[in-house]
Amino acid sequence: MIILFGMPVVQVLLFGFAITNDIKDARIAILDKSNDYMTREITNKLLSSGYFILGENLDKDDQIDKVFRKGNIREVVIFEKNFAEKIEKEKHAAIQIIADASDPNMANLLFNYTRSILNDYQRQLFKDKQFPMQIQTETRMLYNAELKSVYMFVPGIITILLMLISAMMTSISIAREKELGTMEILLVSPLKPLQIIVGKVIPYVLLSCVNAVIILLLSFFIFGMPIQGSLLLLIAETVLFIIMSLSLGIFISTVSQTQQMAMMLSMFALMLPTILLSGFIFPIENMPVPLQYLSLIMPSRWFIIIIKAIMMKGSDIMFLWRETLILVGLTLFFIAMSVKKFKVRLA
Amino acid sequence: MRTILLIVQKEFRQLKRNRQMLPIIFIMPMVQLLVLSFAATFEIKNTNLYIVDNDHSQLSREMTAKFRGSPFFTITGYSEDYQSALQALELRKASQLLIIPSNFERDLHKQDKAKVQVVTDAINGSAAALMSAYAVSIIHDFNIKLLVETFPLVNLLDPIDIRYSFWYNPKLDYTTFMVPGILVLLVTLIGLFLSGMNIVREKEIGTIEQINVTPIHKYEFIAGKLIPFWIIALFELAFGLTLAKFVFNIPMVGSIGLIFGVASLYLIAIMGLGLFISTLADTQQQSMFLSWFFMVIFILMSGLFTPIDSMPAWAKAINIINPIHYFIPVMRNVMLKGSGFADISKQFWSLVCYGSISISLAVWRYRKTS
Repeated sequence: MIILFGMPVVQVLLFGFAITNDIKDARIAILDKSNDYMTREITNKLLSSGYFILGENLDKDDQIDKVFRKGNIREVVIFEKNFAEKIEKEKHAAIQIIADASDPNMANLLFNYTRSILNDYQRQLFKDKQFPMQIQTETRMLYNAELKSVYMFVPGIITILLMLISAMMTSISIAREKELGTMEILLVSPLKPLQIIVGKVIPYVLLSCVNAVIILLLSFFIFGMPIQGSLLLLIAETVLFIIMSLSLGIFISTVSQTQQMAMMLSMFALMLPTILLSGFIFPIENMPVPLQYLSLIMPSRWFIIIIKAIMMKGSDIMFLWRETLILVGLTLFFIAMSVKKFKVRLA
Repeated sequence: MRTILLIVQKEFRQLKRNRQMLPIIFIMPMVQLLVLSFAATFEIKNTNLYIVDNDHSQLSREMTAKFRGSPFFTITGYSEDYQSALQALELRKASQLLIIPSNFERDLHKQDKAKVQVVTDAINGSAAALMSAYAVSIIHDFNIKLLVETFPLVNLLDPIDIRYSFWYNPKLDYTTFMVPGILVLLVTLIGLFLSGMNIVREKEIGTIEQINVTPIHKYEFIAGKLIPFWIIALFELAFGLTLAKFVFNIPMVGSIGLIFGVASLYLIAIMGLGLFISTLADTQQQSMFLSWFFMVIFILMSGLFTPIDSMPAWAKAINIINPIHYFIPVMRNVMLKGSGFADISKQFWSLVCYGSISISLAVWRYRKTS
């Protein structure tokens, strides 16, 4: 019991704080061949930005490969010789940025941050140089002005925990009865398959609802997730999603004979695809087209859309009827499939 | 030694008879590697852009043409109506709006400056930052081109020349980064769960009693339980690496021997953990929940998807007990950068410690009496 309630709480807390895409404290190495006032100033600027911390000071080119191979340093910034002198006399000097692109996203972001810090610096340096005919671009971030990745991840974490816990609990518990042979006893009783299934599911519905409430409370009070839309709608959708996950669990259990099998199915077939294909961490728009179609049948995808829309955009049911209908459809599909499978086994 | 071999033989027979499990153990991980590696990408290939053009000038049309021509942007709407653009954003038909105010062209010529606005749906913060940067850079390029055309003599060169290069993966190909990581994950799932479920299953069915009354030693029993899954997992790793090489064209700069050396060590650590969990639990359900709990934490905090550097200090401290976070950098560094033993010695010795602790815990907790 403690496991069932304690686990989700621990996980929400851990992930809410620890999983982030924001770049912070990335280790960089500096190879400063000129070491004058200007390169020191730029280095200070980079290190005080909060994105970078100094991992190492290098003094030879051939050290670059060595530090990268150790894997702690993400980026090396190289100043050419006589940097300040060149800037003053020739109005031109070079800085080279080498990023460890074995992590491409990180490399891209780090490079962009470094470039914008350097650009700020040179704009300050040459304030007087003004271009005519400037197009000024004003950028605005809607729904999440501070670009917090908590907003992105908390809905995903809620979805994954609810789905995996509900689906896994039911699938294992039914498979367990099968494996231990107690299912036979239920089957020879005058209960109808539907009654058995519904009876088995109801306790888990209640359990998952309690879990859902705990998780939502945590995300509201601890992570400061806004709830712009109607709380009632949010709860209704959550219950719908829980029922969906449970019926998925029942379906898994009707096709598997042993607990091990049920677990491997809910684990392998559910965990990675739910994490990867639902848009939880990786945006769906970026995936290759066949995978985008595949993600259409991931229930978690639709629920993540619903939660995000209700919590952050304050959308109402008018905007979400399609997603809701899909969840209802999936629920009915899984229930129908499992009732059918169930009967086959009886014959 | 012979006893161990006999237990190994028994495990393999049991596995062979289990027709349902075999495809799950062997085929599912490979299918997932093939499919999911493509899904895991932060690369932004397409942004749905809605353009609100209130100016309708030659210039505004030229600028929107730039966006139409860019492979990053798909124009999903074009109108003068700000409200309908906002609605498109809410319905997720567009993830970015470009708003060109009226008198855009006139302001630019008369006042030497004009404004445009880029509004981005920022629920996914890091993607929004990149999308916004792309849009800004397209507008900037357009601006520069315009300037060069109007004033051919202006010196537009920046004083600091920023050169850059991306090492080890110059095309910023995401599968190169993900495949080694997902491979680790699949091998871990096999190792942790199969071993974790195994002893509990014998407990639950009652066959453990039969083993308990035989003169098999504790360490022989544990070893006999571990070796089959160890072999299976290493086999899967070999298969997965082959796929990585030939299907994904992942460069393999480093030594394959080193990868397998560390992998066998890692598997022992992971399986020891699984066995330890299974000696704690009485039913498969419990054991599974415990393994699942650790697994989800280990996966999400391992640096597989999100950078470890950005985690708060306490989370990094928790990662000490996360075996995956030792192995993933080893895989990546050895495969992609050709790191040698000296480079990964820290992770190696950590895994040695981890393995010996988890195995001794498992042997210690396993009681032959119930």
